[in-house]
Amino acid sequence: MSATSLLAVFVENKPGQTARITKILADANVDLRWVTIANSGSFGVMKFLVDKLEAGLQALRDKGLMVSLLEVLVVETPNRPGALQSVADLLGRNEVNLANCSGFVANNRAILILEVQELALARSVLEKAGLRPMTQEEMLRL
Amino acid sequence: MFWDQESETLSRPALEALQLQRLQQTVSRLAARVPFYQQKFAELGVGPDDIRRLEDVRRLPFTTAADLRAIYPSGLLAVEADEPVRLHTSSGTTGKPKAIFFSRNDVNTAADMIARSLVAAGITRADVFQNMMSYGLFTGGLVMHYGAERVGCLVIPAGPGTSERQLMLMQDFGTTAVHILPSYALYFANYLEQKGIDPRKDLKLRKAFVGAEPHTEQTRKRIEEAFGVDVYNSYGLTEMNGPGVAFECEQKAGMHLWEDCFLLEIIDPATGEPLPDGQRGELVLTTLKREAMPILRYRTRDITSVIAEPCPCGRTHRRIHRITGRSDDMLIIRGVNIFPQQIEQVLMSMPQVGRNYLIIVEGLDDLTVKVELSDRGFDGQVEHLAALQNQLVEKLKAEIWVRPKVDLVPPGSLPVAEGKAKRVLDKRSL
Ligand SMILES: [Zn+2]
Repeated sequence: MSATSLLAVFVENKPGQTARITKILADANVDLRWVTIANSGSFGVMKFLVDKLEAGLQALRDKGLMVSLLEVLVVETPNRPGALQSVADLLGRNEVNLANCSGFVANNRAILILEVQELALARSVLEKAGLRPMTQEEMLRL
Repeated sequence: MFWDQESETLSRPALEALQLQRLQQTVSRLAARVPFYQQKFAELGVGPDDIRRLEDVRRLPFTTAADLRAIYPSGLLAVEADEPVRLHTSSGTTGKPKAIFFSRNDVNTAADMIARSLVAAGITRADVFQNMMSYGLFTGGLVMHYGAERVGCLVIPAGPGTSERQLMLMQDFGTTAVHILPSYALYFANYLEQKGIDPRKDLKLRKAFVGAEPHTEQTRKRIEEAFGVDVYNSYGLTEMNGPGVAFECEQKAGMHLWEDCFLLEIIDPATGEPLPDGQRGELVLTTLKREAMPILRYRTRDITSVIAEPCPCGRTHRRIHRITGRSDDMLIIRGVNIFPQQIEQVLMSMPQVGRNYLIIVEGLDDLTVKVELSDRGFDGQVEHLAALQNQLVEKLKAEIWVRPKVDLVPPGSLPVAEGKAKRVLDKRSL
């Protein structure tokens, strides 16, 4: 499997929600490696890359939160300006819709997280361009 | 002032004798002409000969809203099919409305009841009467219009137009009386304030008739203070001609129910047993003068009680207290009748929506629908949730004609409705 799964948690936009969720994960000894929050008016979605996916999922569900696993593609790009743009162009040319994209730099390595509808297509497009999506294990070793 | 002093001040024995005579006539006609009642009479083993005293009305069958819906669109006609001259309907909870037919005499009787009511509240032919209720199938428009015209007022059929247009009509034609929804009256008061208009100085309003939705004494006072007018409460329902069933006189202490046209009972809604005067229960009405579509013992689902004490105005027709509750949950938002069931239908048609929801009405008719997502309603993508939210707003708008705010919430986060799910939180202080 070269797809990576994120924990996606539905959150209502009210004070204390972020703290509550991160505390649940911490109490379950789940480490957060990366987080992003998408907001839309009265609600939002927090997406986490965690070290223990199943444990995190279970802990959040046990507390009554609505959680979903979100499969994403993670690729490493050259750490230089324009890298993101070229990946987006590449996907666009091959008619892959990029629903969301975020990136971070870890240990001087530029990492892109891509949310797409057409996972298989996107993967083959990336591989042909020499960008091999990372596995969950590789991600966690970053 | 009286419109029909003789009828309005009949002695109780004379009034009750008239009621009995009209009840007997009604039952005879139904037994001869209306299969729906023929069947009910047969089931109960009751017939016209059994109605010897007024109390015998209790032997007759109830008629419910569900009965009227089931018979839609044909109605319960007691006249030839070409006899009715008017149709009104009232909106239904489950899609089907109730159809009420009027003969020419019925139209006249309804207008007379309104005329009595308006004159009892001090309206004269010199008044300019702006009817701000919805015209069309809703009775609040046409039925009131005919009555005010009968009194001789100049009637402005304004309907539920914009506040700007209502104000223009009031200013241009010197409106002295309005027929208005209490919630809209409060909204309109706010509008005038924003426009810098002082109704006491800038308008000629002196009386307001409010009805078609339950409201409190406190709301009456607020409207009276806001406009500097006398506010009269009224009661009616489409099934019983619409407005003009019961109206306040100038005493403003309960609504005279026109007992020569309607036989009133108050029952325990749970058992159907009669309750004594003064005790709160469900109002049950029987038409006494209707030709096209007489209705026996109609369960109004409205909660009130009878004021038996004579009124200083001299009218002998007993009064009822303002309606303090409805057994069905109709909401009136910005003048639109909304049933929680309509909202539920839309929500339940979407697989992403869970079982529970909460309808909140607050402020000046702001409608919020909190919707629990179903477990499959969440795939981790905020865009899909936003799309669902927009879709719900549009679908609800199309169904109820009011644009709600939709809040998506996780499953299990709303209070669980117990038993008869009461999923409406009306925070309006009406
Ligand atoms: Zn009176």
